[in-house]
Amino acid sequence: MRPAFSVLFLTTLIGAGQGLLIAMVTGQIFVTLGGGPEVSGGFFAGGGLLALILLGLGLVASMFHLANPQRGWRAASRWRTSWLSREVILIPLLCGLVLLYALAHLLSLREVSLVLGLLSLLVCLALFVCTGMIYACVRFIRQWASAWTVVNYLMMGLASGFTLAAGYAGLAGSALAGFLTAAALALTLAALAARLTQLWLNARGTARSCMKTAIGTHHTQIRQITQGFMGQSFNTQEFFTPGGAEAIRGLTLLFILAGFVAPLGLIVLGVPVVAFVIQFVGLMAERWVFFAAGEHVQNLYYQAKA
Amino acid sequence: MPKKQLALVIDLNVCVGCHACVTSCKEWNTSGWAGPLSDVNPYGADPTGVFFNRVQTFECGTFPDTETIHFPKSCLHCEEPPCVPVCPTGASYKREADGIVLVDYDKCIGCKYCSWSCPYGAREFDPGQGVMKKCTLCVDRIYDMTLPEDRRKPACVLACPSSARIFGDINDPNSDTSKAIRDNGGFQLMPEWGTRPSNHYLPRRKTTMTVHRDELVRVDNPLKVEGELPRPAFTTPTIDGASSW
Amino acid sequence: MRDPESIPDSELGRSEVKTTTCYMCACRCGIRVHLRDGEVRYVEGNPDHPLNKGVMCAKGASGIMKQYSPARLTKPLKRKDGAERGTSQFEAISWEEAFSTLAERLGHLRATDPKKFALFTGRDQMQALTGLFAKQFGTPNYAAHGGFCSVNMAAGMIYTFGGSFWEFGGPDLERAKLFIMIGTAEDHHSNPMKMELAKFKRGGGRFIAVNPVRTGYAAIADEWVPIRPGTDGALLLALVREIIELGLFDRDFLVRYTNAAELVNQDEASDEHGLFVRDGSIPVRPDTFETPDKLWWDRESDKPVIARTPGTEGRLMGSYTLADGLPVKPSFQLLKERVKDYTPEWAEAITGIPAATIRRLAAEMGVTARDQTIELPIAWTDCWGVEHDKVTGNPVAFHAMRGLAAHSNGFHTTRTLAILMTLLGTIDRPGGFRHRAPFPRPIPPCPKPPKGPQAVKAGEPLTGTPLGWPADPDDLSVDADGEAIRLDKGFSWEYPLSVHGMMHNAITNAWRGDPYPIDTLLLFMANMAWNSTMNTSEVRKMLTDKDEAGQYKIPFLVVCDAFQSETVAFADLVLPDTTYLERHDVMSILDRPISEFDGPVDSVRVPILPPLGECKPFQDVVIELATRLKLPGFTNKDGSRKFRDYPDFIVNFETEPGSGIGFLSGWRGKSGEKFLVGEPNPGQWEMYARNNNHFHYELPRSFQYMRNWNKGYLDWAYRHRMIRFTDPIMPHIYSEVMQKFRLAAEGKWKGKQPPDRLRDRVKTFFDPLPFYYAPLEWSHADSSRYPLSAVTQRPMAMYHSWDSQNAWLRQIHTSNTLVMHPKVGALGNFDDGAWVWAESPWGKIKCQARFSEAVEPGTVWTWNAIGKVSGAWGLDADANESKKGFLLNHLISEELPNMVAGKPVSNSDPVTGQAAWYDLKLRVTPCAPGEAEESWPQFEPMPQLPGQTGFSAKLRAYFAGRTGK
Repeated sequence: MRPAFSVLFLTTLIGAGQGLLIAMVTGQIFVTLGGGPEVSGGFFAGGGLLALILLGLGLVASMFHLANPQRGWRAASRWRTSWLSREVILIPLLCGLVLLYALAHLLSLREVSLVLGLLSLLVCLALFVCTGMIYACVRFIRQWASAWTVVNYLMMGLASGFTLAAGYAGLAGSALAGFLTAAALALTLAALAARLTQLWLNARGTARSCMKTAIGTHHTQIRQITQGFMGQSFNTQEFFTPGGAEAIRGLTLLFILAGFVAPLGLIVLGVPVVAFVIQFVGLMAERWVFFAAGEHVQNLYYQAKA
Repeated sequence: MPKKQLALVIDLNVCVGCHACVTSCKEWNTSGWAGPLSDVNPYGADPTGVFFNRVQTFECGTFPDTETIHFPKSCLHCEEPPCVPVCPTGASYKREADGIVLVDYDKCIGCKYCSWSCPYGAREFDPGQGVMKKCTLCVDRIYDMTLPEDRRKPACVLACPSSARIFGDINDPNSDTSKAIRDNGGFQLMPEWGTRPSNHYLPRRKTTMTVHRDELVRVDNPLKVEGELPRPAFTTPTIDGASSW
Repeated sequence: MRDPESIPDSELGRSEVKTTTCYMCACRCGIRVHLRDGEVRYVEGNPDHPLNKGVMCAKGASGIMKQYSPARLTKPLKRKDGAERGTSQFEAISWEEAFSTLAERLGHLRATDPKKFALFTGRDQMQALTGLFAKQFGTPNYAAHGGFCSVNMAAGMIYTFGGSFWEFGGPDLERAKLFIMIGTAEDHHSNPMKMELAKFKRGGGRFIAVNPVRTGYAAIADEWVPIRPGTDGALLLALVREIIELGLFDRDFLVRYTNAAELVNQDEASDEHGLFVRDGSIPVRPDTFETPDKLWWDRESDKPVIARTPGTEGRLMGSYTLADGLPVKPSFQLLKERVKDYTPEWAEAITGIPAATIRRLAAEMGVTARDQTIELPIAWTDCWGVEHDKVTGNPVAFHAMRGLAAHSNGFHTTRTLAILMTLLGTIDRPGGFRHRAPFPRPIPPCPKPPKGPQAVKAGEPLTGTPLGWPADPDDLSVDADGEAIRLDKGFSWEYPLSVHGMMHNAITNAWRGDPYPIDTLLLFMANMAWNSTMNTSEVRKMLTDKDEAGQYKIPFLVVCDAFQSETVAFADLVLPDTTYLERHDVMSILDRPISEFDGPVDSVRVPILPPLGECKPFQDVVIELATRLKLPGFTNKDGSRKFRDYPDFIVNFETEPGSGIGFLSGWRGKSGEKFLVGEPNPGQWEMYARNNNHFHYELPRSFQYMRNWNKGYLDWAYRHRMIRFTDPIMPHIYSEVMQKFRLAAEGKWKGKQPPDRLRDRVKTFFDPLPFYYAPLEWSHADSSRYPLSAVTQRPMAMYHSWDSQNAWLRQIHTSNTLVMHPKVGALGNFDDGAWVWAESPWGKIKCQARFSEAVEPGTVWTWNAIGKVSGAWGLDADANESKKGFLLNHLISEELPNMVAGKPVSNSDPVTGQAAWYDLKLRVTPCAPGEAEESWPQFEPMPQLPGQTGFSAKLRAYFAGRTGK
């Protein structure tokens, strides 16, 4: 699949935003459960607003993906069948909740903020599932079509969100910095493990369709001579990756290093803000690889030009 | 009674790959209900454009046992179209009345998600209008009562010189399409996905001939009339030269 | 979006439906053009047309984009004063200026030396008119593109059984059981062929394709028999041998209906050696071409008798001596002896087809023909008065076209196929080959070319027709020294039976001044500076070459074309033609009608749209010019204008005053009550238009078969003036016509004889029986240096169409590659998709290689005429056609050096002058690293011309696609 930058930004930004929000809410729960000293509402409000900004940026990025964004509102209508539609509903819902959550903190409505936070947390998790499922339910890309896609979206969102939260906590001098740093380390490690698992599984998998079933001819040697046109088409642009296998290999290495290994080190070194920035770039690369490595079944029909 | 499902049956046995279906489709649809079908750079480098139907060519086997297969492909109007439920706006829909899968351009936001959910690569995004487009089975002519009945067919079907495209209701056991599928081993593309594509393909069929040796020499052989039937000369060796019983 | 069913398409905007005839290729299907608010909305096949019955091809359905082509010319242009030819520097002029320039120049030529004017048209189908113009002008220098298309297919078959494929006849697939298609054969009659092929396959027929490449129709064949190019003759001769050796020929048919049993003089010393023995005591009518004075050897009485004497039956085999001691043999015996050594093993070595396959093919053909005989309850009477109560047929059908024809051995190859078809007894019989009116013709047909320099006189029409069918050496167009009188040397001893002319040599000969220089060359729809010429790079130089005095060697070049073709760049005067939707045309019975097996059909094209800009149909230009030149036939006795325009000409022209024969055969007579012959009918166009633009006369069933010998049919054709004779048309297993030329070469012919330098050539190639020889070019191409044969074909979406830069079609084929077997790459050490140099003895080109398993490993091929000059045809300068596409023509020489007495001759068949495109041999080597990935040669980009539609057309197309939304 051709990685679309709008989608790369969308998923990484809202992932980080959701992660950050979850970090805030779990932090608050941690504090509420007595896991640490009291933390000011302003800290959570700030974190919430930061998450809101990330979510907002993600929304803006998503608009670039739509050819007709003016009709974007229609995308909410098919929530019964479409994960994309569900995502479209949940993002503004989450934004609203996050805004209220931040407001509640600003107005020092502790209990309300906790309820709103828990609600947001649930919506965040749901949104992770929706986003992941948008890809995981594409049966025709075997590299995507697994629960691991959802797990990865969740884990990478959490990892980047908690790293950001750790950095934010550090900058704000919050008492939660330790908790968040530890969580960021654990989540980044877990995310790495999950992503590596999926890489490993994808490398082992085999395609379900082949030329034989694609054109219904029983033969072991089938080659395409022409796809019926010689220029580009939507089918050759949307579903193929510029750069090919080499770019995928290079960027896989990059995202493992920049998305996970380096951030782990940088968090340990106590520069979580730098860690987040590098991790974000790494996760952009990861998302690029996620797309690029997705081999769509339709490509069987688009292999040769003449 | 199963629901009506209009579809094409494409006979690979007679398709010569002439592309008549490709351009007649473009011609009808670009100025029709589903149009325009934009072209990008039509007179420049790397011209591209939206076509609802393309003819691909495949080669099987190695020389001299090579088969060349011309393979027209358009939307298969699946009975379980994976592209429809994923559409977030409902722009992609399957008609209740006849099973045609259509896109309502006014609802399409151009997210291209439906195309990801099509294993056949049948959808074409129109960069001009920013919406997803696809074969409509010429829905704007097959019900046009101002046309004579035998012309109420998709443009590609009307154009096809080798009548390799049959149009009809595949759920009506008496339709030409159903009979063609039944009688000629009609098959679906990538049945493994459970999409139940409505368009079917008919395979290559071979006619062979066996000539028995004894058919080559017969009583009415003109060589006999001419007195020239091939016959060994008297001096040609016989078993008498070597037998010893 | 509104409900798609809510408003019928026809109710959006102001809708009209008009019918006319397609001209996106030479197939000529009936079309219905739907207009919306005056713009073309949709073109569909006309279901009420006999040719295509409603179907359409890729080109036809893209006709709409031809109308919006940015390459359209809209104004007459003249080369700017002082501008160099070939640089596309033009200024727009008025038609009046164009006509007066032409009339003045041509008027002077006609009054002084008419042959200095040469007219060559790429597209035929209006040959009857352009040929008439040339004849009335008085120049022999006229031809259409047949010489470089498929003349071998026409000549080889017409000289054998009086008919041929494409418009002239075809395989009866409705009843055939076995169908063999040999070589590239897709172009002609393509939609009907596709329709019939599908029906044939569905009906369980067996389809065998013999072709070096498996594309097109061959793709759906039940069996593909790959063959090396140029060797079809060897295959066919081996098949003929097998059919004869196995006794699988139709003996009754051969004896009764061909010259197979007729006795041939075998006395080598005789001046009549190789001619049929004739009984001088038998009276011969002067109005006959098939004389009843030949002999056969009666089986019963074992004596020679006049052939077809009732109660006798000729022997096909044996060797006999007449009473006067003359040794004779039946012509079939000579054929048998000829093919004796053409064994399947011999053919295997040449064709690459296993001998066992050849044997099997022969057995399949022979057994199918013999055992699956069709009988139809149709009574008919043959020319000898014998009444038959049925028509029978042997259901083996063949089709072939350029694949056989475009070789220098193509005439004999085609003749061998015609003989094979005759041996199997399949001529004009159900399930075999069927004629289309006005065929069959006498062998050879009656029109004769000008017979010498005396035929060309200043100020007078030509004696004879520019093109014709020589029956013996005296019909040749040669002077007292035996040298050519035509510019292209057609009908000379170099290519005596060049019945379609030799357009491919016109420019080279004119440039060299051999046989003589000319003054004005008028090209119509012929892209002679690009894909319609051999040796393209050199020919382009010839067009701009100057003599010592600084004058162009071809002084004045006029090009009529609807589009900015490569040739337009070289014109001194450009005449903008219309598209097919803007003109009247006739598919005349005098030319290439669209007849069906069951009777004559001709058709018309009528304008749907007004001409764009100042475009003028070429026919109107011809008639206007003829009128200004006061040519007889086009003007009244007093020199005044006779025809208002082309439609008026079509209605009122008669071949001779009062002949009742004109261009259109339907609705003749004052009120349209007659057909074929009748007075002009002023309402004829309307009557055609009302009948879906065609006239179809269905012959009575008893006249539909066996027409070579069908008394009823021949009499009907005679009465309707389709034919001059009612003699039976006897297939020539043995060609006496050929033998007459050979006798001339041997010095035994009383009339014209070849110059000494050509005697051997004529003697060798004018063999009365078919034989195999390797294509002539191969003697120049060392097979170790140039191991690969190269052929071209046009893709189905473009075949027989000349404006492939159609916005839709060019998306299907934007550039071409050189397709080859992977072995070629393995040997040359390059990969699929590599850029390679292809070199022939005559030149080299750079192109991209593409591997395929569907090609004979000794052959490479490409789609022809995809490659373009940068900027031509309204395309951008960087269009793929010019940057990646290429033309194989650069590698093909139009001449072969040192062929006869150290002088070059055309790279053509030595019998017919058919351009030997497919004889090309080449080698392929990979490009060096770092060489540009761009085809070579490249030429200066062509600029847009004054009046060319260009961008405005793109704009119009943009809006056209959006109207009615």
